[in-house]
Amino acid sequence: MEQANMDHAEGHDLHLTPEQEYGISKLGMWLFLGTEIMLFGGLFAAYAIFRAKYPEMFLESHQELNREMGAVNTCILIFSSLTMAIGVTAIQRGKQMLAGIMILVTIICGLGFGVVKYFEYGAKFAHHIYPDTNIFFSLYFMMTGLHMLHVFIGLAVLGVIMVLTFKGKFNEKYSTPVEMGGLYWHLVDLVWIYLFPLLYLVG
Amino acid sequence: MSEHTHSQEKHITSYKTYFIVWVALMVLTFVTVYISYLDFGQLNIVIAMVVASIKAGAVALFFMHLKFEDSITWLFALFPIALLFLLIGMTILDTFTRIFPI
Amino acid sequence: MANHTVATNVYVPFLEQKGFLSWFLTTDHKRIGILYLISISLFFLIAGVLALLMRFELMTPMSDFVSPHTYNVLFTLHGSLMVFFFIVPGLAASFGNFLIPLMIGAPDVAFPKLNLASYWIYIVGAIITLIALLSPADTGWTFYTPYSATTDTDVVMITFGVFVLGFSSILTGMNFIVTIHKMRAPGMTWHRLPLFIWASYATAVLQLLATPVVGITLLMLIAERSLGVGFFDPAKGGDPVLFQNFFWFYSHPAVYIMIIPAMGVISEIIPVFARKPIFGYKAIAYSSLGIAFISFLVWAHHMFTSGISEVAATIFSFLTFLVAIPTAIKVFNWTATLYKGSIELHSAMLYALGFIFLFTIGGLTGVFLGALAVDIHLHDTYFVVAHMHYVMIGGTVMGFFGALHFWYPKWFGKMFNESVAKLAWFLVFVGFNITFFPQFFLGIQGMPRRYATYPEEFESLMALSTYGSWILGLGVLIMTVNLIKGLFSDEKAPQNPYGSLSLEWQVPSPPPTLNFDKIPIVTDWTYGYGKKKEVDA
Repeated sequence: MEQANMDHAEGHDLHLTPEQEYGISKLGMWLFLGTEIMLFGGLFAAYAIFRAKYPEMFLESHQELNREMGAVNTCILIFSSLTMAIGVTAIQRGKQMLAGIMILVTIICGLGFGVVKYFEYGAKFAHHIYPDTNIFFSLYFMMTGLHMLHVFIGLAVLGVIMVLTFKGKFNEKYSTPVEMGGLYWHLVDLVWIYLFPLLYLVG
Repeated sequence: MSEHTHSQEKHITSYKTYFIVWVALMVLTFVTVYISYLDFGQLNIVIAMVVASIKAGAVALFFMHLKFEDSITWLFALFPIALLFLLIGMTILDTFTRIFPI
Repeated sequence: MANHTVATNVYVPFLEQKGFLSWFLTTDHKRIGILYLISISLFFLIAGVLALLMRFELMTPMSDFVSPHTYNVLFTLHGSLMVFFFIVPGLAASFGNFLIPLMIGAPDVAFPKLNLASYWIYIVGAIITLIALLSPADTGWTFYTPYSATTDTDVVMITFGVFVLGFSSILTGMNFIVTIHKMRAPGMTWHRLPLFIWASYATAVLQLLATPVVGITLLMLIAERSLGVGFFDPAKGGDPVLFQNFFWFYSHPAVYIMIIPAMGVISEIIPVFARKPIFGYKAIAYSSLGIAFISFLVWAHHMFTSGISEVAATIFSFLTFLVAIPTAIKVFNWTATLYKGSIELHSAMLYALGFIFLFTIGGLTGVFLGALAVDIHLHDTYFVVAHMHYVMIGGTVMGFFGALHFWYPKWFGKMFNESVAKLAWFLVFVGFNITFFPQFFLGIQGMPRRYATYPEEFESLMALSTYGSWILGLGVLIMTVNLIKGLFSDEKAPQNPYGSLSLEWQVPSPPPTLNFDKIPIVTDWTYGYGKKKEVDA
């Protein structure tokens, strides 16, 4: 008689170990980041095609964008990535207060990014530049808009994580949500690292 | 059994490493903005993209700890990028080799 | 583990708990599987009725039953519901949810709460799409620009519904990949995994990485309609073919999201009822990944007549033929497994055999269509319709029905009437062929798809196809009634009615809430029927 190839007598407990849970969360987060790359990817592909097709339009239109504001926002986001990374290391070393403050700084930076973006959009509308002005601005508004949406989602997530950090929910033994929030925030930074030169610098 | 129980010590990156990476990112940002005021023709976008990729690589490797991840994570981090190149490459190939451009 | 106080192992089947909340808030993968199963079956039946209405209209050359506009709405709804609400979540979400943790020896998926969330996101997407029915779109399920950007019907709503659905698909895919990587029982090495798991893994990768591209494409289309941007509008410098490029970058892999899980089901059913180890285990396993990978390289074969460049068309035509290789590997290995087996014609096995037969026809006609020159003649004719239905019904739906009959005792702990199931299979098989085989001839003779009226010389074949659809519908009806009736029967299913060796059959039917008392230790591969043999250590 054929036998099922498992051992009934021996066996493990059904519960996952903390290491397993940590590995599961981390792989899941990286997979999710992969989908984000593909989501922005469609717009990057459209950008590549239309820039190759209409180099003059892209060159002229991109000069309407405010290079200084873009550069300031780049610096803000990179700095927020630094504070987020420090926050992760801090919580991994059990320093809850420092971690909480670092996440708070990250959130403030994110809000600052939003404020700058608000003035930028306002200036564009004041000059009667809208998403339907031309393809460059369609891409500009869609790419930065989608990115902005990710910033807001990131802020909401980090807000919750910050409160929980200050409440002492995380420590050197369990810091998974802080690390996952950090990964997401770095991705937001990573996308902007490409958006900034493509839209503001080289058109 | 072995793959489940050996608990690997988590790698913790030092604050110092983060600061060095941050300084590098700021320098590269300055460089890319500075170069954008010069005219290298077609080279401008190439330079901008190379610089951006170095920055993105630094963020991924150090801030996101990709440097210390296992091969599966690397695979799922790099495969989407390959797919993205495929999408861009083949769509461009189609768009610019048409006899009757649309 | 010695000092663990093990709870007394009282067997409580996962279906035991009653009440609305026990379903609404469940994180049990088996219950979520049932929620999906009910939802997708409902959409399948609705979209099937729409198809019957269309076939009824097509019985005569004139547009006498519904107006041409209504016909356009019918095929749009039939396609959208079938594709996005039935067949894409389909086997992966229902049987994938039920089987993956059981087969790999895990108590649940990696992210149980996310699993529940992705079901409710699916429902939200469905509700949005239902709201869109107030002004139903008439674009076809592909939403091609420029028509979709200009028609007066409510395209934004239905595409937004599909966009939301994409989230559900992505989260499910991510969940399954992590589950398969991280939750396998000790000893369950990659080369001992059931082939359904390999298929689910390949599917999940496609769900994860192709779906976001259609998401952004639909967002661009929504922006086109609501913000007046011109990505796809030639008047504004855009390119309508770009939409097709982006759309098929998802939707071609999506075809494999639909079919690969069904291939996994067939790989499970055949060795059990042939009482032989699966032939070419590794070849079947890796061909699933191969198909998934190649599916990213062939999307433009849907666009040979859309005005894409000849260079691109030639390359894509060549790459398309590559798909035939891993597909044929599977078919040959299934056939080789059957060879000299002691075959038992259980209803699940009948569906599996039906799959091999019909899917081979569907696959081979796909090779015709992949050939650039032939496709110019056959594109957008009934030949494509027939090909697609041979793959989707002859393949995926046959696999789905097979899975339903195969795992029914395990899932619900009840038995259905086997003779009625066989009768239903016969009607489905015969009805399907009568419906769709004539459409190959119609297509070759030049009958274009998506028209409510047609020249009179096509009437006899069209009418034949309509008669077939009635037999097919009757078969599905009998099958549905038989399966539902089985739920209320008193006949309890044994733990392992077919003597299968994979893990899900080693727990009681229906399985307990946490699947296993203890995580099992796996000592051999899944297919040791007849003589025991392992592919490698």
